[in-house]
Amino acid sequence: MDGSGILKGLGVTIKRLIATYVDDFKRGKARYRTDEGIAYRSSAEVQGIFTIQYPDEKLPVPEEFRFVPFLVGEEQEDGTLDPRCTACGICTKVCPAQCIWIVRSKDPKTGRPRPKPAEFYIDIDMCMNCGLCAEYCPFDSIKMDHNYELATYDRKADNIFDLQKLLKPVSYYAQIRPENYKREEEARRKAEEAKRKAAEARAKAAAARAAKAKAKAQQAKKE
Amino acid sequence: MSEQTVMIQNEEDTLLSRFPKVVRKDERKGYEGYVVEANALTDFARTLRDELGYDYLSSVTGVDYLPQGQMEVVYHAYKTTGGPALVFKVQVPRDNPVVPSLVPIYPGADFQEREAWDLLGIKFEGHPNLKRILLWEGFHGHPLRKDWREPYFEAEHKPYKSRFPEGKVFRAEERNPFGKNVDYPAGFDPAQWTPDNTNALIYEGLGRVEKASDDLPTEQIVVNLGPQHPSTHGVFRMVVTLDGETVVDLEPVMGYLHRNHEKIGERNTWLMNMPFTDRLDYLSPMSNNFGYALAVEKLLGVKPPERAEYIRVIMAELTRIQNHIFAIGMFLNDMGAYFTPSLYAIEERELILDVFEAVAGSRMMVNYFRFGGVARDIPEDVMKKIHDLAFERLPRRIDELDRYLTNSEIVRVRGEGVGVLTPEQAIAYSAAGPVLRASGVPYDVRRAEPYSIYDRFDFDVAVRYHGDVYDRYLIRMDEVRQSIRIIQQALQQIPEGPIMSGKPQYQHRVPAGESYGRVEGPKGELGFYVVSTGKGNPWRYHVRAPSFINLTALAEMTKGQKVADTVIILGSIDIVLGETDR
Ligand code: SF4
Ligand code: SF4
Repeated sequence: MDGSGILKGLGVTIKRLIATYVDDFKRGKARYRTDEGIAYRSSAEVQGIFTIQYPDEKLPVPEEFRFVPFLVGEEQEDGTLDPRCTACGICTKVCPAQCIWIVRSKDPKTGRPRPKPAEFYIDIDMCMNCGLCAEYCPFDSIKMDHNYELATYDRKADNIFDLQKLLKPVSYYAQIRPENYKREEEARRKAEEAKRKAAEARAKAAAARAAKAKAKAQQAKKE
Repeated sequence: MSEQTVMIQNEEDTLLSRFPKVVRKDERKGYEGYVVEANALTDFARTLRDELGYDYLSSVTGVDYLPQGQMEVVYHAYKTTGGPALVFKVQVPRDNPVVPSLVPIYPGADFQEREAWDLLGIKFEGHPNLKRILLWEGFHGHPLRKDWREPYFEAEHKPYKSRFPEGKVFRAEERNPFGKNVDYPAGFDPAQWTPDNTNALIYEGLGRVEKASDDLPTEQIVVNLGPQHPSTHGVFRMVVTLDGETVVDLEPVMGYLHRNHEKIGERNTWLMNMPFTDRLDYLSPMSNNFGYALAVEKLLGVKPPERAEYIRVIMAELTRIQNHIFAIGMFLNDMGAYFTPSLYAIEERELILDVFEAVAGSRMMVNYFRFGGVARDIPEDVMKKIHDLAFERLPRRIDELDRYLTNSEIVRVRGEGVGVLTPEQAIAYSAAGPVLRASGVPYDVRRAEPYSIYDRFDFDVAVRYHGDVYDRYLIRMDEVRQSIRIIQQALQQIPEGPIMSGKPQYQHRVPAGESYGRVEGPKGELGFYVVSTGKGNPWRYHVRAPSFINLTALAEMTKGQKVADTVIILGSIDIVLGETDR
């Protein structure tokens, strides 16, 4: 117990301190407030200080990052968004916080349910950002957002998101989750192709059957 | 027959012949263990401990079998030399549930029995201090009873019918306005209420007590450390009775963060509980997911595919690393090294959390495990990140942390010989994890009863022998190194392949029965006891929380120490209040 342990420990802190300045010197202005600087300071290579000056600087979020969900809408020609949602209700059933509320729309004439939501709410005060709704939605309609800056002044007025507030265009989705989007489009394309092929095959078989029947009939006639 | 089955057979013969009529096997389908008559419980437990070597009582909890009119207390006992659990139960009538307390035999049952009294209303006869532990005295009823309902009650189970297809949104608080949302017991007026004697000290800020025996007419004082105190890592209170600077007695007071996780869990569907487990020990969410997944998978009878097993292990060990270095950083804070060490620790933790975020979508609330696998595969670039961390950065940084702290005279002087827990005490108090192993008991669930694929890895169970604060620091360092070893091996062995067995599902029909899934979490043995009646929701969902049970030994560790040391003793246990209070 001669204090050498403390001195050695202090050596570690001094090294870190110096590293910060050396790094500042080496990288100059690029170290702060640039995307490159932020990426460097949050990487495993970083020397010296590694903190990010939020909100002046923001850490980029990875693709899988999830925050309060949104609804994907297909962009229509008239500029409106048509929700992909079919009001199947699965998300309301998996949601652990039970913060999704859906009113299914009805055909005004027959009164029968239609596969579209009339109203759609998410109480974002309750949402626990678990992502289960997005995971189990069979129509790729509800997805987790990347926007985490949702503070408001009046939670009563602002924090129940309705259909209007929840709808975002497909292009936005493709932008924040490019890999997922690609995968899903690919799967959709394949499914459609398979469907088309199956339909074609069916049509072909039917045609062949018809031709055969015809030939048979002709044969019978001849005989 | 393997050696183990022979041994279990022998145990069974011993127990059944020793206790004819009062002990029988639990014959219910999907259940295991023994059912013991209440009046034979104490003898039974003593036999277990003294003759059969089940010296470690891990978990005590109750289940309300409302349709059968029964309350059941479920015990899980283990041998610290390893092996499976011996489960035993006591069934008592629901309207007057009285069970003898096991505190005299297993002191570790103390808090757990209090919890069962608090939440289920089971009386433990002979318990030295049977009062509420998570709730306060003005709470009405015992909330885990199946017929108890919260003042604003919507339905027994989720999903609620009101959400679809006529989901007209409203807020619960509109129907349950503040001020009217509490029930008090009959005749209870919070304004008039004064605590009784045993509680008076707790509620008084600073009290004086007569010293029992001393020639000098001096007084002792009672000091409340917390609930708002930087050293308590959250809202937690230590009521310390002091004689000068020396601690004479300490009583932990908790429950400030209580939300009745277990009741919520019993309202939830099986899957919904997964993200809720993240919020227990929010510093190690992957381990929480792991434990719960194991418990439910046992009932479902599914096994994750190989790749998923490896991913699970990698994630669980990364969790352990970030938990331990964070614990070390915060522990140094408690010691007074204000924030420099913890900042260094946080840096490594951040890099690990980046991995979690990229894989699971969230840094802390990972919700990553599914029954039969994991939610997502690890992308190529993240795999590389983990690789770099495990093979390069982390070993280097741990060495640096080691150089920085381990031989620092301040750390040693403050840590050595402080807060000692002997091996016997550690076992008796059901301490778990680093607290147990720093006291010289090499008990690690990964080795004692390997789960998942832990039997494939080469690693040492870290153990230290002094049982003091300094050893609890050292053991975390050791364990970080072992975890790095495990990750390195896992990265080398991980095969390609699917990450889920079967189709992803959101509604699970879980076969009726009970199951206990336990993992070696960073804080100790984390167990999930679940009971299914074959429905879409668990009938019982209990968490054996190491942060909570490790506090049972806190009073013992602090007695005779200086008041300043209580802070670092608490820090050395490493608790997270989200798990302690549940
Ligand atoms: S699961 Fe998808 S399609 Fe079904 S109601 Fe929810 S958002 Fe709409
Ligand atoms: S993220 Fe989770 S809590 Fe939020 S709406 Fe979706 S399922 Fe519900």
